Amino acid sequence: MSGATARLPRLLALVPYLLHHPGAEVGHVARLFGVSERQLLADLTLVWMCGLPGHTPGDLIEVSVEGGRITLANADTIARPLRLTPDEALALLVALRTLADLPGMTERDAVDRALAKLERAAGDAAAAVQRVRVALEADEEPVVATVRDALAAGRRLHLRYYVPGRDEVTERDVDPLRLLVVDGRSYLEAWCRRVDAVRLFRLDRVLAVDALETAAAPPPAATVRDLDAGLYAPAPEDIRVRLALAPAARWVAEHYPCEEVTEAPDGGLVVVLPVGDPGWVRRLALRLGGAARVLEPPGLASAVAADAAAALAAYGDAAAALAALEDAAGAVDVPPSASSSPPAPDRP
Amino acid sequence: MSARKAERLLNLVICLLATRRFLTVDQIREAVPDYAAADSGPAFRRMFERDKEDLRELGIPLETGTMSAFDDEVGYRVPRERYALPEISLAADEAAVVGLATQLWRMPALAAPARAALLKLRAAGVETEEDALPPGLEPRVDGSAPAFAALWEGVRDARPVSFDYRRAGAASPMPRTVEPWGIVSWHGRWYVVGRDLDRDAARVFRIDRIAGEVRAAGPAGTVAVPHGVDLRAQVAAFAAEEPTGTALVRVRAGRAHELRREAVSVRPDRGGWDLLEVGFADPERFADRVVWYGADVVVLEPPPARAAVVDRLRAALAASGAGRGLPS
Repeated sequence: MSGATARLPRLLALVPYLLHHPGAEVGHVARLFGVSERQLLADLTLVWMCGLPGHTPGDLIEVSVEGGRITLANADTIARPLRLTPDEALALLVALRTLADLPGMTERDAVDRALAKLERAAGDAAAAVQRVRVALEADEEPVVATVRDALAAGRRLHLRYYVPGRDEVTERDVDPLRLLVVDGRSYLEAWCRRVDAVRLFRLDRVLAVDALETAAAPPPAATVRDLDAGLYAPAPEDIRVRLALAPAARWVAEHYPCEEVTEAPDGGLVVVLPVGDPGWVRRLALRLGGAARVLEPPGLASAVAADAAAALAAYGDAAAALAALEDAAGAVDVPPSASSSPPAPDRP
Repeated sequence: MSARKAERLLNLVICLLATRRFLTVDQIREAVPDYAAADSGPAFRRMFERDKEDLRELGIPLETGTMSAFDDEVGYRVPRERYALPEISLAADEAAVVGLATQLWRMPALAAPARAALLKLRAAGVETEEDALPPGLEPRVDGSAPAFAALWEGVRDARPVSFDYRRAGAASPMPRTVEPWGIVSWHGRWYVVGRDLDRDAARVFRIDRIAGEVRAAGPAGTVAVPHGVDLRAQVAAFAAEEPTGTALVRVRAGRAHELRREAVSVRPDRGGWDLLEVGFADPERFADRVVWYGADVVVLEPPPARAAVVDRLRAALAASGAGRGLPS
């Protein structure tokens, strides 16, 4: 779409908005419409040149900006906004239906009422809506309900929380900051009083949650992350793990936030993955089997080898394991494991 | 240039909305200043044709017709009742959830139209302020797969599509032609459900396994969704990987919590270990889950599951061992 055709829909929404809000502030309107104040004033100048055929002063739209406030008149023909396009109806109505399905959504009634009104207003444009489902619900409904109540009431929570990187269940008190639902998974972002830092907790790993009598008291330093940077923004203290991935393990680069991704001649990739917990990446390397090789940091590859040898020992395979370890330098041609489907993101 | 065109289109829309009669091309040329200034007939014609396309693309209902049976020149108008968003008034809590809904999408294919829809609602007098959102709830949906936007359009326009698809475990992608019935996001992953025309059967495809471009494979409006089809149930069945067998595993006490949660049965074994029965379908995917716990889990039965785990561990050992001596 060219610049002009992107601009026209904005003008056709701007005019009715200003008719509805006489004396609207320039800054406020610019923010609502996602443009700079300068762009808004250019839009108003353009609108002021337009009007009914004849284009005598009496036919033209009247615009005045005084003391940062906008008044607009004589625009009866375009006093109503243009109806929703199929794309717009689809994006909005599917989003609302998704919200209605959300675990712990206490405003379901409001969502249903809004949906009914908008479907009526959208008319034919809503035809495709039945054909897109976004199902975000999971099994954590009671946990979500407790977390939402605690957020609303400003209460501290006690969590029994599973940490997969260490395969460990932990107990901790947290001050909840917000509840996130990202790509079908629910997360609690909270000030963790065990580590004195903001942490993200995946709700399907919360084994038990209790609201405490104590009021939540996160320190002023407890700020939520900027989601535009991704859910798992790397921390400066993370170790950088360089992995050579066979084609079967390319999904790792899509699944985890890698800092470097380079194509390898064999159709695989070399990636640098920031990792908070070395135990987690050792488990990941085991899971990837022959489809990944740890290049850096030094020592990590032998830790993975030791993990694999220890696990093999239980299969009466200790001798084979040791032999394999001795021969390791010769065993370059390792077939990649057959099908490795990506797991859910699991870096807490 | 852009401002001039936007001004011309706005004047054209106003002119076509203001008329009840169909306006002929000559009448339109006189009514819109920029057309009147255009130098020649053909230049004006080209400009007018492009402008008509632009209006239609924006969803402006441009009607053509004649005023009477004796009239042979086609005219144009935009009927106000088909142009305008019907009156809508939302209560404060309804407006708040609509505001939240427009922030759901992270992918441009949906985020941009959702924002545009919100602008129209605001223009219709709906007041949505961000601070009216429910406390602490922030849902986000992303769909970064390149094929997403094209499939979304296929579903919206009821148009068959074709693409190359890599099945789980398959070495190379195979061409598929599909009548898309719908798109489903299920536990963080996007799927397209439809009729596979080559197999003449309903199929579910994971969008992130589509290789390369999604191409249109037929005209719009030709896909009929079977009555009563439950898209979500189809995807749930596809994604669930119904267990076809049961594995017997030894697990160290207090370890492998996620495996314990899925276990059909847990009973104590000697020496600080437990015996678990766990459902599984594909040995490789079972190995994905089990090797995560290293030496804390030992698969006893059945042999294919045990072999998949042992193979995976041997491969990890060889790969990590081989990596030691190499420069990095």
